[in-house]
Amino acid sequence: MEGLIWRLRDVVGADWCYTAEHQLRTYESDGLLQYSALPAVAVLPGSAEQVQGCVKACADAGVPWVARGSGSGLSGGALPVADGVLIVTSRMKRVLEIDLANQRVCVEPGVTNTAVSSAVAPDYFYPPDPSSQIVCSIGGNVAENSGGAHCFKYGFTTNYVCGLEVVLSDGELVTLGGRELDPPGYDLLGAFVGSEGTLGIATKVWLRVMPAPETVKTLVAFFDSTHAAGEAVSEIVQSGVVPGAIEMMDRVAIEASEAMAHAGYPVGRGAALLVELDGAERECEARFDEVVAVCERCGSDDVRVARDEAERQLFWKTRKSAFPAMGRLSPNYFVQDGVIPRTKLPEVLEAIDALAEEYGMLVANVFHAGDGNLHPLVCFDGRNAGEAERAEELSGRILDACLEAGGSITGEHGVGVDKKKHMPKMFEEADLDAFQRLRCAWDPAGLANPGKVMPTPRLCGEVPGVYRQHPLEAAGLAERF
Amino acid sequence: MRPDTPQEAAGLLRTLGEEGRPVRPRGGGTKDWGPVVDGVVVETGGLNRTLEHNVGDFTAVLEAGVPLAEAQAAFAEHGQMLAIDPALASADEVGRGDEAAGRGSTATVGGVIAANDSGPLRHRYGSMRDLVVGTTVALSDGTLARSGGKVIKNVAGYDLGKLFTGSFGTLGLIVRVAVRLHPLPPRTATAVGASDDLDRLGAAARALAGLPLEADCLDLDWRDGAGRLLVRFGSAAAGDQAAAAAARMDELELEDRSVVEDDDELWMAQRVHQRGECILKVSGRSTDLAAVCRAGSAVVGRPALGLYWLSLPAEAETVAAARAALAPRACTLLDAPAALRADAWAAPEAGALAVMARIKERFDPARIFRPGTFVGGL
Repeated sequence: MEGLIWRLRDVVGADWCYTAEHQLRTYESDGLLQYSALPAVAVLPGSAEQVQGCVKACADAGVPWVARGSGSGLSGGALPVADGVLIVTSRMKRVLEIDLANQRVCVEPGVTNTAVSSAVAPDYFYPPDPSSQIVCSIGGNVAENSGGAHCFKYGFTTNYVCGLEVVLSDGELVTLGGRELDPPGYDLLGAFVGSEGTLGIATKVWLRVMPAPETVKTLVAFFDSTHAAGEAVSEIVQSGVVPGAIEMMDRVAIEASEAMAHAGYPVGRGAALLVELDGAERECEARFDEVVAVCERCGSDDVRVARDEAERQLFWKTRKSAFPAMGRLSPNYFVQDGVIPRTKLPEVLEAIDALAEEYGMLVANVFHAGDGNLHPLVCFDGRNAGEAERAEELSGRILDACLEAGGSITGEHGVGVDKKKHMPKMFEEADLDAFQRLRCAWDPAGLANPGKVMPTPRLCGEVPGVYRQHPLEAAGLAERF
Repeated sequence: MRPDTPQEAAGLLRTLGEEGRPVRPRGGGTKDWGPVVDGVVVETGGLNRTLEHNVGDFTAVLEAGVPLAEAQAAFAEHGQMLAIDPALASADEVGRGDEAAGRGSTATVGGVIAANDSGPLRHRYGSMRDLVVGTTVALSDGTLARSGGKVIKNVAGYDLGKLFTGSFGTLGLIVRVAVRLHPLPPRTATAVGASDDLDRLGAAARALAGLPLEADCLDLDWRDGAGRLLVRFGSAAAGDQAAAAAARMDELELEDRSVVEDDDELWMAQRVHQRGECILKVSGRSTDLAAVCRAGSAVVGRPALGLYWLSLPAEAETVAAARAALAPRACTLLDAPAALRADAWAAPEAGALAVMARIKERFDPARIFRPGTFVGGL
């Protein structure tokens, strides 16, 4: 390891190679704080060539590495491998090229999500908008296939990445796609985006940007129950309206957010529904009236339309403060990221209520209602013995309920280290085997972000599958699939 | 051979894999694309069940052999669509006018995905890679593997659906897919504007693409020195939106502007012209419009996406000349006589090709899926 650290120091310079514990502590966790691990060394390369140099050094030394952007991920995807190498892209934040005639932007991976939209404003914008967009990096968005409040209408990161420059785990620098769509051969971009740092590290990203919508109209409607609000969501979507965003908060979440954002929300109401329509002015106006009518028909007696941008921002601030606001109500909480078919909303919410009662714990619900992505917040007090474990168990049972309804264990936060144990509930052994084939094609040595996504450590067999026992396998440290 | 269930398909492929016999997957047989390969034809016609149409969730689960036309008709009964609209007949049938008459529309869901085919709706909704939310594939060692799910938002596991989209039957057999659906527009209207001046046409296309029109389709139609742009809207206010777009076309100095409310024929023509005796697909940029039109006498384009389909005389020299004129853009030969299709693909970057080769090795360990026919001889 000492030799590797010297080599890494040569590549990035002594100023950007951290080995002191107080420096490494900064990177011990990502946004999911219940996991932490100290790498042996953290490097902050300033260019693609330096990233390549670092990865090559790791490959030669056979040492695993983890890529990290801003560290705002919520599944432990950027959790360091203990005593491994952490490659932090936060110094690589240049916008390299803006080509508005072709609606393309090329950025380094450390550029923040918001900075992409800012670079092309006011005529264009970059649609994926995770809540952490002010800090989260595009490289991290690519790794996690990040979504956001507006992805029901606009899609996810994977729908906007058209080119990548990537360093593979053997140190090879390859270009996938570019400014043009449909590059020849297999869709390597589609495979790479959302691969959670296990297939390589992106050093350059080509993105599509879109013309900014002509107009945006936003409302918040209050209902007696999440059930009634859910009805309104279904009716809105059934009618053919495709809102930019539809977000729901339940009673607990409203109460917590109001205490922090002071938007004048009626504490005690069962549900708040935020609906935003954007697009062409005429179409928007016509459709907005329909949405108001649907909300009223479904039992809302309190529909508030944002009169100006300031009020719209207040509505959003209230929604986005739901997570931090829970921190005031409860010393600790777990955020889940389950997905269900939207029509199963009432029964899954009932199941969550029943579970909360069974465990005697408070669960607040915030969701992207349009696409059925639930973020239940399971509140607990970590100072009480056993409570964190029980909260985690409850969290896991919420995911079971999502799967039973035909959904998924993660809609946008990723599997990372946090949800890998749930993967076998969603996928059969043969499915996991197919995932492993993909991973082995990119990273046969298993050095890129090992221990993430897949439920058990797996090794890459020889091609085409001639069996030879791997030393780790013989030692009982890993299991072959 | 014609398996009737995914399990049967997997078993059949395991046997063919053990025997090392090359396989050519076939859906409706409407797209003879890529180099010819001798081999066992494995048809998906027996995998023709629609397993779920979750109307309230705007999703469906289909077996790969379901004819797209049949699926669309079923979705339309509920005011929904799978937002993909390529020509559904073979090039010959399309040329005879069958497509327009609704005859010979045998293209299957699996075939459209494998060939990454698309039509004018791609402008707004993307291609199959953007609409498929889950896939089950059968591999040459008999593995039946599922990825994704059946909800529209999901990041659990690797996205093998995208890997198989546009894999032209060279990785495995797609047996089942889950797709996202969209509302069928209540009405449509199209703004049309013309120009014979390629630079003006290109500038107008870029200007229209850069406006927040929320159009469903934005197409270029260029043939024999005459060009026009077509912008289609699908909404309750489609007529008004098309009128506004036509006004923009006026500012952009396009001629013969009109708003067409009964616009199905216009768009059928665009789909029809994407097929032919010899079609070269160009992966280009919006700014390439004029250069692409100068390289051939008939072009269908999606200028906002930078994708173009050139009709050329079916001669090797002409195709080579068009490719040379458009280099370094990737050009893929789709419909063409068998002799020309031996050289169908553009070359991927060397590093990317090496990854593709390793993917092919892992997913098709018996190397029976159209061996040697894909990019770089994969």
